[in-house]
Amino acid sequence: MRLRRSMLFVPGSNTSMVCNAFVYKPDTVMFDLEDSVAISEKDSARLMVFHALQHFTYADVETAVRVNPLESPYGLLDLEAVIRAGVDIVRLPKTDTVDDVLDMQNAIEKIEKEIGSKKETKLLAAIESALGVVNAVDIARCSKRLMGIALGAEDFVRDLRTQRTKEGLELSAARSHILLAARAAKINAFDSVFSDVKDKEGFIREVTYIKGLGFDGKSLVNPNQISTLHSIYAPTKQEIEWALEVIEASEHAKKHGLGVISIDGKMVDAPIIARAKSVIELAKASGVMGDDEDE
Amino acid sequence: MSEKKVYKKFIKDIQEEQRSEKICQSIEEAIKKSGLKDGMTISFHHAFRGGDKVLNLVMDIIAKMGFKDLTLASSSLASVHDELITHIKNKVVTNIYTSGLRSALGEAISYGLLDKPVQIHSHGGRVHLLQSGELQIDVAFIGVPSIDRFGNASGYKGRSRCGSLGYAMSDAQYAKYVIALSESLEPYPNMPASISQDQVDSIVLVEEVGDPSKIGEGATRMTTNPKELLLARRTARVIEHSGLFKNGYSLQTGTGGASLATTIFLSERMEEKNIKASFGLGGITGTMVYMLKRGLIDKLLDVQSFDEFAAKSLGENPNHIEISANEYANPSSKGAAIKQLDVVVLSALEIDINFNVNVITGSKGLLRGASGGHSDTAAEAKLAIIVAPLTRGRIPTVRSRVNAIVTPGESVDVYVSDQGIAVHPRNVELKKRLIKAGLTIVDIEDLHKRAIAICGQPQKIKHTDKVVAQIRYRDGSVIDEIKQLVK
Amino acid sequence: MADITSCGHAGTLESSDVLIHIEPSQDIEINLISSVEELYGDDIKALVLEVLEKMNIKAVKVDINDKGALDYVIKARLQTAILRALEDGDKPDWSLL
Repeated sequence: MRLRRSMLFVPGSNTSMVCNAFVYKPDTVMFDLEDSVAISEKDSARLMVFHALQHFTYADVETAVRVNPLESPYGLLDLEAVIRAGVDIVRLPKTDTVDDVLDMQNAIEKIEKEIGSKKETKLLAAIESALGVVNAVDIARCSKRLMGIALGAEDFVRDLRTQRTKEGLELSAARSHILLAARAAKINAFDSVFSDVKDKEGFIREVTYIKGLGFDGKSLVNPNQISTLHSIYAPTKQEIEWALEVIEASEHAKKHGLGVISIDGKMVDAPIIARAKSVIELAKASGVMGDDEDE
Repeated sequence: MSEKKVYKKFIKDIQEEQRSEKICQSIEEAIKKSGLKDGMTISFHHAFRGGDKVLNLVMDIIAKMGFKDLTLASSSLASVHDELITHIKNKVVTNIYTSGLRSALGEAISYGLLDKPVQIHSHGGRVHLLQSGELQIDVAFIGVPSIDRFGNASGYKGRSRCGSLGYAMSDAQYAKYVIALSESLEPYPNMPASISQDQVDSIVLVEEVGDPSKIGEGATRMTTNPKELLLARRTARVIEHSGLFKNGYSLQTGTGGASLATTIFLSERMEEKNIKASFGLGGITGTMVYMLKRGLIDKLLDVQSFDEFAAKSLGENPNHIEISANEYANPSSKGAAIKQLDVVVLSALEIDINFNVNVITGSKGLLRGASGGHSDTAAEAKLAIIVAPLTRGRIPTVRSRVNAIVTPGESVDVYVSDQGIAVHPRNVELKKRLIKAGLTIVDIEDLHKRAIAICGQPQKIKHTDKVVAQIRYRDGSVIDEIKQLVK
Repeated sequence: MADITSCGHAGTLESSDVLIHIEPSQDIEINLISSVEELYGDDIKALVLEVLEKMNIKAVKVDINDKGALDYVIKARLQTAILRALEDGDKPDWSLL
């Protein structure tokens, strides 16, 4: 399965960020055409993102674009641009109902047909209201294009008539609900941004917490947060040792035609081998392999 | 048998004034005493960096006194020295030896201001030139933060505290006549001294030798620039997995965001793995001082203190030790510390597919940098790492051939960019280690292609056949020449 | 052919960006100031001509103040400036961009 730990927000109107974001190797780059772009620059940001998406520096990173709502004057134009430019994922702003997703899906299908695109653009729904959270189970299952749902905390707490805190108690119900909905539909679940970029300890606490809950990853506002997040998502030394042992045992068994593998008396079956392989992949992506080589 | 002098009786007559007779009332007086003549060589040092007040002050007086055709040998030149343009135009100065050239002066020389090519030397190479006799300093003008009436001078106290006087120490050793300029007269003996009483001929007290606010300019501050942090994190990982990262290893890093941040990340790993460094070398920054204080490093060998923290520490901490340019980097010294150095982290304006590095000319070919200890440390350290972003805006850092070679590719081991790490092909073992550690290693040719794909192929810089600068390698040889730019 | 009958501008003077101003003219006129002129001046002018040709613009005055923008940034800014000057610029023909 594709790693989607880090989703880096890049305002479409910030040229320097657009030109550099790929360098930081987030799992997904998310260009924003919505809230971070002033009304007067909607057109220029759209064209900037249109060209960036086609530039070779974004060829080997997953790309997403947060478009403006379809009911705004910009939503459809945004879609026209980013679908033509070959974006991987369209992030819906504020998804309250199943219809929000289906409307977006229809609009995308229409453009894809028009330009004869074979690519099936994926969808990511941002849940940013109480209604959205309540409908999350249905939203998560309504479209085969939907690859994940994400919590948008700022608007959500406003809707709840409360404020965000460092502890995040106000988000606990929404987080659990969104996670369950995503897992039931076998899609990704993403946590909201942590916007105080100076509070590294608070960020570490929150990432550790949401990783523990089961979230696949998190939206990020600053490239400096990526390495911290990846290192928290990295497998531990013990996990890596275990995975290496499992893989070695399975290769040994394959070579010698052995049917059943066991380590320390415990049976090792296919799902365990798959799990071990994904641990190693994650370890490589996190840059923690070979940390303990003997010098 | 040679004739020996016959002893002659003398009259002992000790007067208090004689004990202060080195002190001159003016710079003019000291210059007259020195016997300076047209065509001679004068020297300055750059420990005050952008806050230097000595060079301009002395050069103005020399010009007024009517001297011509002098060779100016400054250990380096900063933007504060742009006033030299006038003295070059008036033929007061007709020849220059320096490690660095910048701003308006660098630009003017790039366009052919001087008839004779500037000699760009490294910090170690300067001492070699002094030792070999090519560079003979007739009169050294040495600005010092504090001095006594007999010439004992040091840099770690006084209003214009600059820390180490490492470059001045070597000039004082080789110059025929030494004039020390200071703003603070201490009681005799002002010891321990960096410049010693037996090296100083004359002393002049001036109003100010430096501008304290500019001496430590660009002082230690942890960068928040994501690209610099990325480069630093990657560089720290290269060092960590190089095979050299063990108890007792030694380290040199420079200034600049990425270099400072590398030291911080490395400190974290050293604490985790319980590794201590034996020494930190070269230009010393506050982050190195921090490592010394935390016990992560045993000793600092300081040829130049880059900020106020380093200058202060040099005066207070017995494990923070001042060394001369000769002890630091001279290739023909009996013992240059770089020969004991494990890891050096260096920057680059340009690097090419043969790992040659340019730190002297900018993207438009203008002289705007310094050779410094770059080629010295790269040649002698076990691991020389060049750190620079692949592109700066639309300027590609990686070229097919650098505009000017300061450090030859043969001495470079690794290039760390934000878009991939390249290992010099001769380092087969190192490459294996880094790959095993999960680092992505690419060919430098691929990094070059990538940089050009992003920026485009730059047009050739237009120049005439006239040589405006010769880059002297540390052994005195000419490694490259810089031609005059066309307006 | 698309006629430029009014002015348009796009971009900023921040580093890595470009500020572009266009106005009606009898033919194509390009005025370039760039922080990387010595290295990429000719490339930038060629790129501007290429963009204009693709958008069928035969007469326009283009003032460029470039701060080291990459090609695709210059393209995006120029196209934005042109679309802002065109009457039906809010419904662009994406195949020409």
